[in-house]
Amino acid sequence: MLYLDKVSYTYSPGTAMAMPALHEVSLEIPDGQFIGIIGHTGSGKSTLIQHLNGLVKPTGGVIYYNGRDIWDEDFSRKELRTKVGLVFQYPEHQLFETTVVKDVEFGPRNMKLENLEVQLRTFEALKTVGISDELYDASPFDLSGGQKRRVAIAGVLAMKPEVLVLDEPTAGLDPAGRDEILEAIFRIKRERNITVILVSHSMEDVARFVDRIIVMEHGSVKYDGSPKEVFRNYKELEEIGLAAPDVTYLTAMLRERGVGLPDVATTVEEAADMIERYCKH
Amino acid sequence: MIKANKLAYEYIRRDEEGNVEGIIRALDGVDLEIKKGDFVAILGHNGSGKSTIAKEINAILEPTEGTLFVNGLDVSDESKIWDVRQSAGMVFQNPDNQIVASLVEEDVAFGPENLGVPSPEIKQRVAYALEKVGMEDHRGSSPNALSGGQKQRVAIAGILAMKPKCIVLDEPTAMLDPGGRREVIKTLHELNKKEGITILLITHYMDEVTGADRVIVMDDGKIVMQGTPREIFSKVDEVKSHHLDVPQVTELAYELNKRGFRFPPGVLTKEEFINALLG
Repeated sequence: MLYLDKVSYTYSPGTAMAMPALHEVSLEIPDGQFIGIIGHTGSGKSTLIQHLNGLVKPTGGVIYYNGRDIWDEDFSRKELRTKVGLVFQYPEHQLFETTVVKDVEFGPRNMKLENLEVQLRTFEALKTVGISDELYDASPFDLSGGQKRRVAIAGVLAMKPEVLVLDEPTAGLDPAGRDEILEAIFRIKRERNITVILVSHSMEDVARFVDRIIVMEHGSVKYDGSPKEVFRNYKELEEIGLAAPDVTYLTAMLRERGVGLPDVATTVEEAADMIERYCKH
Repeated sequence: MIKANKLAYEYIRRDEEGNVEGIIRALDGVDLEIKKGDFVAILGHNGSGKSTIAKEINAILEPTEGTLFVNGLDVSDESKIWDVRQSAGMVFQNPDNQIVASLVEEDVAFGPENLGVPSPEIKQRVAYALEKVGMEDHRGSSPNALSGGQKQRVAIAGILAMKPKCIVLDEPTAMLDPGGRREVIKTLHELNKKEGITILLITHYMDEVTGADRVIVMDDGKIVMQGTPREIFSKVDEVKSHHLDVPQVTELAYELNKRGFRFPPGVLTKEEFINALLG
């Protein structure tokens, strides 16, 4: 479990360029949750996730991993980085090996694991992200955008993290590539039951998959709850440069027009069920 | 404004030693006509050829076969390259790669300066362009201090200052948050309606094309569907067969029709949906 206790972070503190990026953020992230983080550019989302595996040291507050302060002197942050795997934006830019398999093996090899274990983890990870074996010896650079990104995710997955953090994993992909990635993430969640934290600009994707949404604004947590609890505030979300899924607006408008739906919907499926039930009564 | 006739583009793929591995036909016999003042959206999955078309229109790539005229200028005519680029300005995906100056107004002035426009006129053009994209209050700011949506609007202003007839945008919102996306799309519609500028918008976001006059779907280097947004999105299965999506509202109506509802095909907006359901 990850626990953030009043975590603050200021870039270049004590200088004229000082810029506060996080302000006393407290969060509890229990094992096995599927979390979406949303917020406009510059709201502090990326800074927040860089704290989770100790890439950045908070300028205030404490981060606990399984009850231990990750900035304690005898806490191994090197090990933490294998437990909390971070997939950066545009991770395909970080592919560098000559074959897909070698690229995925890089992480577990660095962990000084036995050869057999490295291979096993590599194949498992590639299978989970849906990369078929005829691509194992291909150069990562010959793959499609969606495939490259899945290989990059497999590289992190092969370290068997307990928490997987993905920073805008679908940015810049077409709908087919986006679905490939989301299906892979969903499979990871299902097969391994690890904690998954997804940073995204796509409200539709977030609404479809996660249990909990954290909304960041000006370096603080603005909302924290289920997709429905959060997207009910669609008017406020718009004021801070975000949005709710289109079906949320649609169901809200229907309710305003007197259609007796029980709540706003956050996915197409849910909206269809609600409207069907309403009309058949 | 833009007229393509059997336009094709091929490139040669080479392995690490430089041996030819194969020839890729990125565009394969495209016939296309875009009239002055049109707002046209191009959809297609990655590798469908839609960005290649944009680069052809901007004379970044030269056609392998066929002809392409932009504002009456042949893009294959090397002596006309700069005229072509002035007629059809281009905005790319990543706002950070398009900023060249340290102040917003200098950035916008960069294009007309290069065209040799006299200084007093540059000033006028910069003021006009920044006003049109709603960024006049930021003229003295550093581009680094702007949000993604603001940076893209500055990039659009930079193109506007060159007085183009047409703006081609290659996934301009792919890296923006929802607020930034709204800003950019709204700006494009205003430029189209009020200034009469022809817009060619290449995008992956289905909800951004519902306001276009015409939607073109590309797959495998060819135009596979063409029509008004309603015509295109009334064919949900066909759109999906080209690895694309439909807007959420269209998807919802389609899903409900499978359950016995009778929404007209191609419901695009929330208002249409509500009227069809309650009316």
